[in-house]
Amino acid sequence: MRRSLLFIPANSPAMLQNADVFAADAVIFDLEDAVALSEKDAALDLLDQFLNKFKLNSIEKIVRINQLDSPFSLLDLKLIADERIDTIMLPKATSGNTLSLAKKLDRIEKQKHMTKTIKILPIIESAKSVIEVSMIASSQRVNGLLLGGEDLATDLEVERTEAGHEIFLSRAMLILASKANKIDAIDTPYTDIKNEDGLKKDTKFSKGLGMNARVCIHPNQIDAINEIFSPNKNEIEHAKKIINAYQDSLKTGKGAFSVDGKMIDKPIIERAQKVIEKAEQWNLL
Amino acid sequence: MKNSLNRIIPNDMKAYKGMNQIFKQKNRKLVAETLTKNEKKQVDSLRILFDLIPITDGMTLSFHHHLRNGDGIINMVLNEIKTRNLKNMTLAPSAIFPINEPMVDLIKNKNITQIFTNYMNGPVAQAIGDGYLEKPVIMDTHGGRARAIESGELIIDVAFIGVPCADINGNGNGLEGKSACGTLGYAIADMKYAKHKVVITDYITTNIKPIEIESKYIDYIIKVDAIGESEGIVSGTTKPTKDPVQLKIAKDTIKLIEQLGYIEQEMSFQTGAGGTSLAVAQMLKDRMIENKIKGSFASGGITAYLVDMHEYGLFKRLYDVQCFDHEAIASLRRNANHYSMSASKYANPYEKSPVVNDLDIVILGATEIDSDFNVNVTTDSNGLIIGGSGGHSDTAFGAKLTIITTNLIKSRTSIVKDHVTTITTPGETVDCLVTERGIAINPKRTDLIKKLANSKLNIVTIDQLLTIAHDLIGIPKKIELNQKIIGLIRYRDGSIVDSIYQLRGDQK
Repeated sequence: MRRSLLFIPANSPAMLQNADVFAADAVIFDLEDAVALSEKDAALDLLDQFLNKFKLNSIEKIVRINQLDSPFSLLDLKLIADERIDTIMLPKATSGNTLSLAKKLDRIEKQKHMTKTIKILPIIESAKSVIEVSMIASSQRVNGLLLGGEDLATDLEVERTEAGHEIFLSRAMLILASKANKIDAIDTPYTDIKNEDGLKKDTKFSKGLGMNARVCIHPNQIDAINEIFSPNKNEIEHAKKIINAYQDSLKTGKGAFSVDGKMIDKPIIERAQKVIEKAEQWNLL
Repeated sequence: MKNSLNRIIPNDMKAYKGMNQIFKQKNRKLVAETLTKNEKKQVDSLRILFDLIPITDGMTLSFHHHLRNGDGIINMVLNEIKTRNLKNMTLAPSAIFPINEPMVDLIKNKNITQIFTNYMNGPVAQAIGDGYLEKPVIMDTHGGRARAIESGELIIDVAFIGVPCADINGNGNGLEGKSACGTLGYAIADMKYAKHKVVITDYITTNIKPIEIESKYIDYIIKVDAIGESEGIVSGTTKPTKDPVQLKIAKDTIKLIEQLGYIEQEMSFQTGAGGTSLAVAQMLKDRMIENKIKGSFASGGITAYLVDMHEYGLFKRLYDVQCFDHEAIASLRRNANHYSMSASKYANPYEKSPVVNDLDIVILGATEIDSDFNVNVTTDSNGLIIGGSGGHSDTAFGAKLTIITTNLIKSRTSIVKDHVTTITTPGETVDCLVTERGIAINPKRTDLIKKLANSKLNIVTIDQLLTIAHDLIGIPKKIELNQKIIGLIRYRDGSIVDSIYQLRGDQK
């Protein structure tokens, strides 16, 4: 479960050094778009050294590799794909390259005698990947889907707008594919980093659609995103009441029960359990 | 000899003995105030004034620093010293800025051989670090300087008081005129106790209200074209930080204050003008509004953010010893409960009730802090003077909760050290350190530690922070300082907390 995933350019020592300072649930070390062609090798070396030296404890470590059909991606995987990281972020994902990456990781994990399974976080950022999103999501290593709104808009030949109508359907399809496979639906970054009100408004909308998390392109976006995707105090208290009432009902053998005058059924209990699970994970209890 | 902080100081100086031993002097020591007998006060030029007093070799001249890096007065006086080739002069400016560079040649030529000040940076600090000043510079606190002057420990022959707005009798304030700088609080002790007092102004008018500089003390008035450059008068940093690491520190600071229960009705607060401090002030405003808190006062150097909180009704009063920006100056004009205060009223340890003693919370910075919570804001890690206490030690002593906010690592250097290069503020007066990688509480504050027992904040020990820093950037090579003492850090009671050493040749 994630709420916030922070992008960090892999060629920035100062930003790498502070990777675990903020409250992001995951950090994404970016070897792709944030790194100029001339710095690809230096960024890879720096990230390798950084991962050797720095222990980031419980934060999920994700690496956005270069596009799988580029000459850099194999070098990225060879050097970085090992026990030090948790997830590979796959740019321009399709069902074909997701499968291809999964096979490459199979081989690497075997060669390196790894004990962990590296997950895949595909970026859905083309019309083709939106169409294939259900297949992409069903791959075993995939544990979340990220919408790449900017590249998708380019592919759709539309302008990105504050209202986001142009990506509404893609958002919805990604959410459905994620929920159907019980993985995280992660929203596209909000690119106006100075507009905190806009970030909050759009993220609330995104949560309302069913997104679980959002990527951050600046650390100052993390707190707002975490707050929106976390259950609030009232929700936690209400969930506790439901769980307590449910446990009482099990003891007493009562089938149906109510909380605050409202009848509680199975889906409501499951939602309450999810709220408590999230609150526990994010230390909110 | 060594003082109680284990720092070497000259044998003939009064050693700092720790909190339990200081301030045992029961009676405040006051020399007589010096009232003027002059009826004709206007003098045409500094040249004439130097002849009139007369100002001669070996005298002590004082200045205040409200015009900061726009100050023109010190340089005018330096020019006259240079022209006359006066020797062995002592200067006592409350602070020295880069604009005062002309002082360097006078120090090298032995025109100036001793300096008392509370803060300095720039070329003069470098020259002193290089060993050119004959006697060690004495670095006072704001409250300590006022104490030294009123007790006769620092005897001033002539006080030059830059006054942006004055009448022909010498009444004045800093509220009007092209060089308006707001309160003139640091000049009050000089005005009362110097042997000769000179107002230098670029704006003469009538009906001065309120009167901060009082004509009964003023001997001479000189009108000049300009006492300063307005762009240098306002402080450098006047906006909250946008840096994500510093913002995190500011957010954690607010959470800490809140969890310790200090955000409460009638609370009082002080912070500086740095980016992190202003972010703390901005966040505090939100918390106070959210919790319907009405504070009693905010104090110190006043910024637009504190003015905003005052006008919003969050602090009933502002006590102002130095206006940091134009908004603070304007507020001092328009808000009846925005008060000027003297350095004595602010922080003199022997004042009956100095404002610092009524402070609940103070947020301060650090260039270095060590495992005993001693703080350095005077030198960098090489020993170069880059600041000074100002009100740091005064407020740390007085406030009920003293919080240091700083990045743990700046420019790949750890701010937490085994031992700070120079002690400015003794660790026994510092309660908390907030960094991006954790919050350390002074073990002496068991009450605070107890309150935070179940906190979700990342509470660590200061030694853990040091270990984290060493893990991240390695253990720095110890910097060997030169053995020649070129400065002394004088605590607010007059005792010496540390020495400053000459820079090594390879550091010049």
